[in-house]
Amino acid sequence: MKAHSNRRSRNQRWRGRLLSITTFVVLLLLWEAAVVSMHVRPVMLPAPSDILYELWHDTAWYLSNAGYTLLTTMAGFILSVLIGVAVAVLLVSLPWFENAIYPVIVSVNSVPKVAIAPLFVVWLGTGAEPQIAIAFLIAVFAIIVDSAHGFRSIPPDVADLGRVLKGSPVDLFFKIRLPCALPSILAGMKVSISLALVGAIVGEFVASQRGLGYIILSAQGSFDTARAFAALFLLAAMGVMLFSAVESLERRLTHWRHLS
Amino acid sequence: MTAVSARAIQKVYGGDRAIVALENVSLDIAEGQFVSVLGPSGCGKSTFLRCIAGLEPVTSGSLHVHGRQVDGPPDNLGMVFQRDALLDWRTIEQNIMLPIEFAKKSRPDAVQRMAQLLEMVGLTQFGDRYPSELSGGMRQRAAICRALIDSPSVLLMDEPFGALDALTRDQMNVELQRIWRNIRNTCIFVTHSITESVFLADRVVVLSPRPGRIVEIVDIDLPRPRKLAVRETPEFGAYTRKIRRMFEAMGLIDESP
Repeated sequence: MKAHSNRRSRNQRWRGRLLSITTFVVLLLLWEAAVVSMHVRPVMLPAPSDILYELWHDTAWYLSNAGYTLLTTMAGFILSVLIGVAVAVLLVSLPWFENAIYPVIVSVNSVPKVAIAPLFVVWLGTGAEPQIAIAFLIAVFAIIVDSAHGFRSIPPDVADLGRVLKGSPVDLFFKIRLPCALPSILAGMKVSISLALVGAIVGEFVASQRGLGYIILSAQGSFDTARAFAALFLLAAMGVMLFSAVESLERRLTHWRHLS
Repeated sequence: MTAVSARAIQKVYGGDRAIVALENVSLDIAEGQFVSVLGPSGCGKSTFLRCIAGLEPVTSGSLHVHGRQVDGPPDNLGMVFQRDALLDWRTIEQNIMLPIEFAKKSRPDAVQRMAQLLEMVGLTQFGDRYPSELSGGMRQRAAICRALIDSPSVLLMDEPFGALDALTRDQMNVELQRIWRNIRNTCIFVTHSITESVFLADRVVVLSPRPGRIVEIVDIDLPRPRKLAVRETPEFGAYTRKIRRMFEAMGLIDESP
């Protein structure tokens, strides 16, 4: 019975995937038709075929730059998960910490990160560090808010159970509190993975000689719109890939939620 | 030997607009006795249980479990909650083993006991299932196994069958009695059902609405094992009638048109 329902849901997932791929293909064809029939100048909007050709003939260069952006994004994202969850634990367990720090976190988050980005270049130089820092800073807020919500929403009965069983603080954290908060933490991760990518690109806009953001910026300088679009395509693909990676992590870690 | 001894305990909640939850509650519960604590919603019966469990401090009076003053959860305590409080990400077996893991006790001994408990409640086939795959009654049976895995000398049950349908509830009453007759530990069972309290208990402690005071302690002298049909006997009827009169006298039941 279990295997059967699994098979059915996998089937449904494949059918859904097929449908979204079809949508993409149709959109690209419409775009191509519009550009060709209306004689749009390539500087304004290149045809998808030009963009794909651009990607195909410089694949290695595009991939190495995409890899660089992927690396800074992942570094910022992983940092934001580790630090975000730790801060959420402190916020929930120490009332004075919440009173002292939470307003600071909220006000820092209210400042547009794009506006602080140039400062990071001053502080951290022109290597990967400012990009990682900006990716982290943009991504961490969602993790903090969602994780704190998760740690707060432990059912009272379950909290009482932990106290009656007199578990060690380590046991209580890893066997009760963290698994209780996990669905919320993963929800935060789904938001912050996309934000980390935005942060990495912002960082590359401000100061970088590598990465997809750098390609877009330099292509704009030389009116090479096809190159900018090629980078955008890769960026979109990377965004989808990262998001589905977090989704599949979520399915794996919280498989018990999808049983009944 | 008394398992639980309460002397004039009082429990007051909150600062400015204080609510007195328990007032002058004195009670001795002998080891191996099954005691029901019966009262209407909000009478402080759960508060009383939580005080014994060391989850709430008493405001005044003294409370001892096995001769030791309660300040925090006592050792060797099992607790069953109204909503089973099973951990959704653990299988039934992993849930039942949680107290053993927390107490850092040896697993092999406990595994054998778990198998016995699972068999006793008819869940042998479901050990590797997750809680969300089980019905409410099965979940609560698993929660009872978890409470019993470390052989607690005192078992506290906070309206454990309150969320179950009437038929499942009857079934669980019969099973709980059978389990308890095997284990013979001290059992304190909180409920708002007169029938349930009389059916299960050696003594029924009747509490008044807020502030919770002990109105009377009724000794139930019915032979065990009790079958569900005992509820239709005149003796059983006499007990429930007596308790219902108490609630009428408190103004909780009013049948005048």
